[in-house]
Amino acid sequence: MSERESMDFDVVVVGGGPSGLATAIRLRQLAMEQGADLTVCVLEKGSEVGAHILSGAVIEPRALNELLPDWKDRGAPLHTPVSKDRFVFLTEKRAIPFITPPQMHNEGNYIISLGNFCRWLGEQAEALEVEVYAGFAAAEILYDDAGAVMGVATGDMGRLKDGSEGPNFEVGMELHAKQTVFAEGCRGSLTKQLFERFDLRDGVEPQVYGIGIKELWEVEPAKHQPGLVTHTVGWPMDMKTYGGSFQYHFEENLVSVGYVIGLDYANPYLSPFDEMQRFKTHPSVRDTFAGGKRIAYGARAISAGGFQSIPKLTFAGGLIVGDAAGFLNVPKIKGTHTGMKSGMTAAEAIFEELQSDNAGAIEARGYPEKLERSWVWDELYRERNIKPAFHWGLLPAMAYSGIDSLLLRGKAPWTLHHRPDHTTVKPAADCQPIDYPKPDGELTFDKLSSVFLSNTNHEEEQPCHLTLKDDTIPVALNLEKYAGLEQRYCPAGVYEFIETDGKMQLQINAQNCVHCKTCDIKDPSQNITWVTPEGSGGPNYPNM
Amino acid sequence: MAVLVLAEHDNDSLNPATLTAVAAASQLSDTVEILVAGSNCSGAAEAAAAVAGVAKVLVADASHYGNALAENVAPLVVKLSDAYSHVLAASTTDGKNVMPRVAALMDVAQISDIVAVESESVFKRPIYAGNIIATVESLDPKKVVTVRTTAFDPVAAEGGSATVENIEGDADSGLSQYVGQDLTKSDRPELAAADIIVSGGRGVGSAENFAIIEELADKLGAAVGASRAAVDAGYVPNDYQVGQTGKVVAPGLYIAIGISGAIQHLAGMKDSKVIVAINKDEEAPIFGVADYGLVGDLFKEVPNMIAALDK
Amino acid sequence: MKILVAVKRAIDYNVKARPKSDGSGVDLANVKMSMNPFDEIAVEEAIRMQEAGVAEEIVAVSVGPKQCQETLRTAMAMGADRGILVETDEEVQPLAVAKILKALVEKESPRVVLLGKQAIDDDSNQTGQMLAALLGWGQGTFACDVEVDGEQLKVNREVDGGTQSIAVQLPAVVTVDLRLNEPRYVKLPNIMKAKKKPLDTYSPSDLAVDTAPRLKLIKVEEPPVRAGGVKVADVDELVDKLRNEAKVI
Repeated sequence: MSERESMDFDVVVVGGGPSGLATAIRLRQLAMEQGADLTVCVLEKGSEVGAHILSGAVIEPRALNELLPDWKDRGAPLHTPVSKDRFVFLTEKRAIPFITPPQMHNEGNYIISLGNFCRWLGEQAEALEVEVYAGFAAAEILYDDAGAVMGVATGDMGRLKDGSEGPNFEVGMELHAKQTVFAEGCRGSLTKQLFERFDLRDGVEPQVYGIGIKELWEVEPAKHQPGLVTHTVGWPMDMKTYGGSFQYHFEENLVSVGYVIGLDYANPYLSPFDEMQRFKTHPSVRDTFAGGKRIAYGARAISAGGFQSIPKLTFAGGLIVGDAAGFLNVPKIKGTHTGMKSGMTAAEAIFEELQSDNAGAIEARGYPEKLERSWVWDELYRERNIKPAFHWGLLPAMAYSGIDSLLLRGKAPWTLHHRPDHTTVKPAADCQPIDYPKPDGELTFDKLSSVFLSNTNHEEEQPCHLTLKDDTIPVALNLEKYAGLEQRYCPAGVYEFIETDGKMQLQINAQNCVHCKTCDIKDPSQNITWVTPEGSGGPNYPNM
Repeated sequence: MAVLVLAEHDNDSLNPATLTAVAAASQLSDTVEILVAGSNCSGAAEAAAAVAGVAKVLVADASHYGNALAENVAPLVVKLSDAYSHVLAASTTDGKNVMPRVAALMDVAQISDIVAVESESVFKRPIYAGNIIATVESLDPKKVVTVRTTAFDPVAAEGGSATVENIEGDADSGLSQYVGQDLTKSDRPELAAADIIVSGGRGVGSAENFAIIEELADKLGAAVGASRAAVDAGYVPNDYQVGQTGKVVAPGLYIAIGISGAIQHLAGMKDSKVIVAINKDEEAPIFGVADYGLVGDLFKEVPNMIAALDK
Repeated sequence: MKILVAVKRAIDYNVKARPKSDGSGVDLANVKMSMNPFDEIAVEEAIRMQEAGVAEEIVAVSVGPKQCQETLRTAMAMGADRGILVETDEEVQPLAVAKILKALVEKESPRVVLLGKQAIDDDSNQTGQMLAALLGWGQGTFACDVEVDGEQLKVNREVDGGTQSIAVQLPAVVTVDLRLNEPRYVKLPNIMKAKKKPLDTYSPSDLAVDTAPRLKLIKVEEPPVRAGGVKVADVDELVDKLRNEAKVI
């Protein structure tokens, strides 16, 4: 095996999303303010910063105002202030306007492309001398002799399917750091290893998730209402399944439309992708898109556990920020502001630790302490009981939410619990198949023509990055008992059961993978482990 | 003014691609003339004179024109260009090699790979691998144009009676020499350059079954392609792959067998001139783009087709 | 021997281009841009020639907006020694690029200029041939094998139906095709090193080149959607139609 080279930094940040970049920016700001020497490197697995970023997105600029108060002068791509909030309950035929819940008021917020926001944030980081390396995936955590994290290694490039070294093989590279910040986003593949290694989830509720599927449309100018924000609940979900839609009108004739479904759904026949397609056919929805053109597609899991699922955040040599830790505010369906704030707070704690000349690995214990005193904690604590209440179904949950938010103002003396998402699916025999309408090619589409618009690609010859612990399980358990649910929960057509010589087998089309991580979350026996493919593989989302 | 078409030929005969360039030229002018620059090329010159609608054939016969070297042919075309409003060639590897050199020497832009003539200065051409069609207007006094061969119906090879005029060229530039060529006649043609492609998809079912795809291809002198599904299933190696992440092809005939026709595959072959689909699923999207669709079991229909081709 | 390699910043090959809704151009807002893949092969070939001891210095050149610096840094991270950016925000068409490259060739005196055979955005396939014409040099286009042999370059070219071998006198222009090589992965430390390599910037007027476009873009549109044709009843009808109607076999 080839010897790996190494490079040394003070801080390595894994992931160039909002929280990772905010961490890096804040670190360099502090270093420059205090004249300290501090090298910061950000690794991003996407081909460029923003390539893998997918979000609604309505952004609350609170953290940005603190990080870069002059963001307007710096040309931040926050162009469309929210002008109107609508919250609608859908039945199959009707749309019933509801009072917008307090968490979903968006005065002062902006509709943005989070990908473009990150591209801009990446430029701000580079201007502060952060080394940003896109197209390199952190594939392995490096530990020192004492067991502390001492950095990460990027993945090898040019391995062949069987794992052997191809003609252009380049061995990965070790990045050593006094502190490694994991900002991988929801269900980070390295973060998952850290949870186990350092028992970071002991004593907290399991993390739960949702899958968000998003399309970007260019609509007819007459139908475009810049700043309009619409959320729906109800149809096409049944009353027991957690899910809802968003439609955001922004910039020039663009509308972001998406559907988020809790991954605690029970029916293995449910297909989040097809629910999203079906949602667009609702009489109150379809007109917006008629005559328009779908220009982008993507999907991403989000953390929905909230306050009670936040793990221990620090360990020797590193810490976790952003949605990798689960800082998303579910009732607000926003996590950019909390994610950024967690990164900025972590940066301050790291900077303090680095200034105090300790020998050996540092653990930035100041980070959780500072965070608990910040508005992030307060905000997440208040909302902690909303999502779990949805175990009871939509209407009881909405009633509960009203009581919890409006009467108790988040100060209920109890905290509701979560069940891990992979345990909630029922055997197919106990469930009804769902008959989804066929795509019409204008408003609704099939999966492959959708993935086409995500500009997804992976180097063809590399080993499959969707690894199975036991390769008999897909057929023997998932197909037999759960009707092959992975064919449906995957929004990119990665998993297919095909018949070869009279026998069913699972075909994994890893090239289609949009890195949403749903399979890693929802597989009933946790048989699928998502690992990073070669750097720069995956989607190339434009304006998402 | 007359239009000049640079002939593509092997000295003995005319390459049919030239007929499509003549077709485009005749949309620009009533007077189309052909230049045959070659070595002992009277065969090609006679064939050019027989092309329907051609007024005159200019023949420059010298040993250094024998292999269409751009360094020699381009100055010859430039010298003749005064008398013409447009100079055209088929967008073959020879045309693509010579014509930009002609354009630069004339100090004009080249309009590459046109698929439609809108007026004598406005053309349509594919950009971004055919995903976008651009309409462009040439602002130059003279136009140098290459013609996408699948976009124009060739004029008849026979029926014309052009006058033939021998012309003098320049001396050998000495900048380059032809050494040899390796035209893969006996083997199957390269995917990217083939006139006919027979492609198999997952419906073929196994690597062994791919033999019938190859048999049909050999019968037609075609290249063999595959969809990504067939490649992913391990039936054929990756370099067979036609599609978004494989090769983008535009043959005269594309036969898709057991291929459902996902957009990723269509992206690689939708510019083919004629598409045939054989698939047992009559709902398969491939039928939405196929000029000729046959719903049926490929294991029955392909051997039948091989037999029918012998008739 | 010095090699000049021209590299173009173009849409990333994974990204689908689409027309702006008013048809005035291609919508490139916030899409990923990369080095034109054919140019990457040209850079790789230059590096291999340097590694083989045939070339001493590799100069990467790009023409276009400021962001082309990134493209040049990529070429330098792969192994080019220095970069030259001819910076302009105007559209520069192949003939003008060729004129700019000619001016740089006169400044730099390379023995070989390597370019991709075409860029994957405008698909022109012109610049290399035009440069060779303007310099009065020989050209080896669509190269799938290149070998320096004394005062000559032996070039194998991808031609319709096979390959052709030619010998080109040096100095020469070579445009490269897909099969020539497989470009290397850029190594992380080399990206850092590339930031410190020299990069000079000129404007087209510094080089006395008029870049006024000669082709005016009138509009762009999506290609017509291909309509399905007919279903045939059996193989005999299919073969008959292919022979007598479509005339393709």
